[in-house]
Amino acid sequence: MISSGIFCILLIGASALFYINIKKVRRNILLGKDVEVKGDLKTMLRVAFGQSKMATRPIPFILHLFVYVGFVLINIEVLEMFVDGVFQTHRAFSFLGGFYNFLIGFFEVLAFLVTFGCAVFLIRRNIVHVKRLVMKELNGWAKTDANIILCSEIIMMSALFLMNAADQTLQVRGNEHYTTAGSFPVSQFIAPFLTNMNDGTLIFMERFCWWLHIVGIFGFLNYLPISKHLHILLAFPNTYYSNLKPKGEFSTLASVTDVVAPNFDPAYQPQTDPNNPQRFGVKDVQDLTWKNLLDAYSCTECGRCTSSCPQNITGKKLSPRKIIMDTRDRLEEVGKNIDKNKGVFVDDGKALLGDYVTHEEIWACNTCNACVQECPVNINPLEIILEMRRYLVMEESNSPAELNGMFSNVENNGAPWQFSPSDRANWINEQ
Amino acid sequence: MSTIQVKTMAEFTASGEQPDILFWVGCSGSFDDRAKKITRAIVRILNHVNIKFAILGAEESCTGDPAKRAGNEFLFQMQAMTNITTLNNYNIKKIVTGCPHCFNTLKNEYPALGGNYEVIHHTQLVQQLINEGKLKVEGGEFKGKKIVFHDPCYLGRANDVYEAPREVIQNLDADLAEMKRSRAKGLCCGAGGAQMFKEAEKGSREVNIERAEEALAENPDVIAVACPFCNTMMTDGVKHFNKETQTKVLDVAELVAGANNL
Repeated sequence: MISSGIFCILLIGASALFYINIKKVRRNILLGKDVEVKGDLKTMLRVAFGQSKMATRPIPFILHLFVYVGFVLINIEVLEMFVDGVFQTHRAFSFLGGFYNFLIGFFEVLAFLVTFGCAVFLIRRNIVHVKRLVMKELNGWAKTDANIILCSEIIMMSALFLMNAADQTLQVRGNEHYTTAGSFPVSQFIAPFLTNMNDGTLIFMERFCWWLHIVGIFGFLNYLPISKHLHILLAFPNTYYSNLKPKGEFSTLASVTDVVAPNFDPAYQPQTDPNNPQRFGVKDVQDLTWKNLLDAYSCTECGRCTSSCPQNITGKKLSPRKIIMDTRDRLEEVGKNIDKNKGVFVDDGKALLGDYVTHEEIWACNTCNACVQECPVNINPLEIILEMRRYLVMEESNSPAELNGMFSNVENNGAPWQFSPSDRANWINEQ
Repeated sequence: MSTIQVKTMAEFTASGEQPDILFWVGCSGSFDDRAKKITRAIVRILNHVNIKFAILGAEESCTGDPAKRAGNEFLFQMQAMTNITTLNNYNIKKIVTGCPHCFNTLKNEYPALGGNYEVIHHTQLVQQLINEGKLKVEGGEFKGKKIVFHDPCYLGRANDVYEAPREVIQNLDADLAEMKRSRAKGLCCGAGGAQMFKEAEKGSREVNIERAEEALAENPDVIAVACPFCNTMMTDGVKHFNKETQTKVLDVAELVAGANNL
């Protein structure tokens, strides 16, 4: 009775806390400007559910697949643990008989693969030092975050194995609460080490691991909103709202069209509200679209973008991953500011551009779309970079001098170089 | 080399005719000495297959691509609307470009501003001509030569055109080699995003050196490109490694024109 009560309190408490936290994430995302994005279920199923973009790098793809499939399917066992927790049953689904035995055995194999995957990931990060996993933008919290996630998963899977090992030992001894159920292809190798323990110790171990797993799940759930691990949830909406247009097509700024078009068509009707003028481009997170902000929360900092960026590869400061991480960091800072000031943002004199992202990073971009192509959850760092360029050029006239030269050539000569427009067809008569 | 036949849209209109396709030359193809050779190669191919084409000549102006990538949306839209006015006045329906940047901008970014055209890149046109049997390229001077193709970002990733230039190269009976980073994983030459017009930020090396090194690792006779900016960058990169005698940097159009002794 008491443990059922504790379980219910934990369940309700953890769910309520998660609801509050995720609502805050949602509020932060909706600080972004509105933009019309048509959702596409097929893309979501292919890219997020089907992991299609992961496959270009086979080793992390397979390891991640272990963890992903394991995580999704082991949650079926967690459902049973919830039922057991509330109704004080033991292995409530064991009435399924042979199928149940198969499931439990299958989950053990998955749990083993999850453990293996996480262990290799820890090695890649902390011993082998795979380049994209040890870059300087990961110093501090990002690195700790990654290790916390991997260690927690290993601890939770280990708890599952120990629980099953104690359980099967008790089953063999004919303990009446521990009815014979399940198959244990992995934990059978742990069970022999437990034979010298008495029933009391085994029961304590089984219960302890059960609670550890449950508390771990509740804890993990509430860790998500402050972690890069939030990608396990947001990968789905983020890929659902994927950009399906050609990657080379950059957005047309309607506010600019409203200024330019009347020169060509006197009957032109403006598309934007003249009484509510918007800033050109992006200076701070509120100037971004909600999709850009959803991108930022969906990033798990894998660094595929940065490792394929031509400028980063050649030692420049630009890192598309850092742009996305900076966006989330600034957005969370803005969110905390709003919380502190009773729901209103009070200017803190800071901005995404300048305080987080430097001009040097922004001007280095080749707009080559390698980062966009690489992202396994269809995040677009390039759009954020371009929007900041727009801000610098159109609001501050603050672009590198050579680019100003190019602009005036295009404007005056119709070409980025200083040639006379009348010479445009001279090539016909040259050899 | 044969002399080339080129008419402007103004000339077509004066004679009451309409061409089948407009050849959008682009700024690089019009003014850069190296790129002008590519432009003439494209024209030789068009002449060879008797396509009725026109250029805008002095009426052509920058598409606005470098301005847009650099964040100057005002200048981009000014350029775009000027060009759209010209194109629509001439009732242009179909455009072939000599540059992936013009291709991308005309195809993807002009429709929102009232310019709707069927736009293809010159490598796509050449491949169509080969498929239709109008152009033969087999067994020319590039037979058996090792050719590595460098994907332009604005043809490849930006518009998912990966196969057309490769099919053309294979039709030359050449030995098509691939760099480690190719197709969707292709590495930029370093010119895009208006980088062509400014110094690079501080780093360990230039992007074009990185890319040229990768291409040269295949020991190719030719590095084939399909963009005048890539051509500049890769040519400079090859010179950096003093390999310009062993490895030529040529546009796909030049390969096709060369194979036909045009």
